[in-house]
Amino acid sequence: MDVLQHLEEESIYIMREVAGQFDNPCLLFSGGKDSITLVRLAEKAFAPSKIPFPFVHVDTGHNFPETIAFRDHLINSLGAKLIVGYVQDDIDAGLSQDESGRYASRNSLQTTTLLHLIEKYKFDACIGGARRDEEKARAKERVFSVRDDFGQWNEKLQRPELFDMLNGSIHNGENVRVFPISNWTELDVWNYIQREQIQIPSLYYAHERKVFNRDGLWMPYSDFVQIGENDEVITANVRFRTVGDMTCTAAVLSDAFELDNIIHEISSSSFSERGARIDDKRSEGAMEERKKIGYF
Amino acid sequence: MDILKIATAGSVDDGKSTLIGRLLYETDSLKSDQLEHIKVKSESRGFDYLDLSLATDGLLTEREQGITIDVSHIFFSTPTRRFIIADSPGHVEYTRNMVTGASTAQASILLLDARKGMVEQTRRHLYINRLLGIQHLVFAINKMDLVDFDQNRYEEIKIQVESWLQSASMDINTIDFVPISALLGDNVTSSSKQMSWYHSSNLLEILEKLPTISSLQEDNVLQVQHVLRPKTEQHHDYRGFAGKINSGSFKVGDKILVYPSGRSSKIKSIEKYGVPVGKTQEGQSTTILLEDEIDISRGNSIVSAENDLQVSKQLRAEVCWMQDTNLIPGAKYWLQLGIQKVQIKIKSISYRLELENLQTEPTSFLGLNDIGEIELITAQEIVHQPFHKNKGLGAFILIDPLTNNTAGVGFIR
Repeated sequence: MDVLQHLEEESIYIMREVAGQFDNPCLLFSGGKDSITLVRLAEKAFAPSKIPFPFVHVDTGHNFPETIAFRDHLINSLGAKLIVGYVQDDIDAGLSQDESGRYASRNSLQTTTLLHLIEKYKFDACIGGARRDEEKARAKERVFSVRDDFGQWNEKLQRPELFDMLNGSIHNGENVRVFPISNWTELDVWNYIQREQIQIPSLYYAHERKVFNRDGLWMPYSDFVQIGENDEVITANVRFRTVGDMTCTAAVLSDAFELDNIIHEISSSSFSERGARIDDKRSEGAMEERKKIGYF
Repeated sequence: MDILKIATAGSVDDGKSTLIGRLLYETDSLKSDQLEHIKVKSESRGFDYLDLSLATDGLLTEREQGITIDVSHIFFSTPTRRFIIADSPGHVEYTRNMVTGASTAQASILLLDARKGMVEQTRRHLYINRLLGIQHLVFAINKMDLVDFDQNRYEEIKIQVESWLQSASMDINTIDFVPISALLGDNVTSSSKQMSWYHSSNLLEILEKLPTISSLQEDNVLQVQHVLRPKTEQHHDYRGFAGKINSGSFKVGDKILVYPSGRSSKIKSIEKYGVPVGKTQEGQSTTILLEDEIDISRGNSIVSAENDLQVSKQLRAEVCWMQDTNLIPGAKYWLQLGIQKVQIKIKSISYRLELENLQTEPTSFLGLNDIGEIELITAQEIVHQPFHKNKGLGAFILIDPLTNNTAGVGFIR
């Protein structure tokens, strides 16, 4: 069995365990390539039935418009149910607060909104597109990762996960974060997108965009992103390697207009995928700290 | 390209993280921003070399203490093979994390400090390897630079290990030895100038050559994960039994039996993603449709009528205990074998194993990280096989009904 096939079989097994073990699961959908891959795997796991759980999107209000358009198109074509949680609603209700300063981002505010949605809809399992090759704290994740009723990840008390046996038993109020593509690499995802001919948002392909350079990273020029007085805005051919909130996702200069070019660019890139994620650059344990308080 | 899953085991300060960092570094798996980070950190700690161990330890407390607490899954590739390393802790109090990391591994790298040779932890790690039925062992004798790259010292340790393996009568497919210095890079991915007396493969070559193909099991079993019932116009009476083939293979027309009901039928069609495929085998996620309408739900097993599988309510198994609360006779747990889940009661504990000398001793309980043999009774019949015969049908976990935690892992005798 080749690598992609092996990974697909494993992921489908995990998807089916979610449907088998939980009463009220959901799929966390960000509009990024990893969650789009999850959607294809879920389609395959349950065909000819429909995907037996809703999609959940935490909308920071700072999304790329391309992502939202893509999301709505995909949901429509699948006939799936979409639940959107708005970070702005929590800010208005006084439960969250926008950060201030030049690096202000709503990335960490997503956690509050996600935890609200979990509580409101009583989700007992949330499927996410995290991969172990992304980041050091992610490399420690189990496939079934139990969170207490505060959404916390206890990194020192993770459940042993043996062979392919997944233990999803939880108490009321707890939930499990499920990571079906744990063992995939960034390149695997791209190769799979190519093999399966999966549609992805246009942001991933090279396009012309206004950007400015901040600390060596190309930030998209937008109302949401704070720009310094001396920052010079230029128009360049860029693409995004990860797609998150506009405030924390930097572009890379690129002429990769086709999937083949993207795959070539990634296999020869000397920079890591999350090198362009400002949210991870904040501190040594940025991801771990966020996971402990309920980030996915 | 194929995938090889590797477990690593070593004692504290055997240089395990450094070795993995070295493998990543020399296979160009570290990106420039990650490398830059390691450079800066190494310098700030006052090292005059790259501290490659910084590439792996992930948790803040691990970096603080310089130890591995939980399993990290680390990937690297060569042109012919994808490697997934489960970097597991060596400390006795994290044995359960080590068992977790090693459970999916096909091969194990056991690190020994050339100055110390085999230590108590090595014996424990070897026993866990045996328990999990890992078929390929690679002994990396590390820190050769600290014993002046002495061939005699290497041979001494090799003999020490070999005689232990013999006395423990372990069933292993391949055993390799390689003298290395993870810190300096000797014999990791290139041959060592300092150890010209060593003529065999370096560590990476050994890993690239290990066989990954195993023959199909004779028992043909699918445990039903989920029943697909689309209830659409097009698929009105569709009832598909979705699951991953645990063992063996199936083809259209095969006569089957369903457990625990004992009903029989024939395979009408086999589908992958809603598309008919005709046959399917071990490891594949498939959907099976039957000729007859019989009652089958999640956790039931579909097996070939010709197979002679063990179905019973009494099991004898070796277990590794993984939670603080002791295992005692009379206690009740959930047992999960694959996805079959039944209630069980511990009937008795035959013995606890003393890992230092592999002697058994009578006991009234098994505590955290203990290994011992138990007898248990299940509330319903389950389909199983001895672990040494069929890994997919021979291992189970025990779930504590009070905490919901995975309390232990068992290997059926």
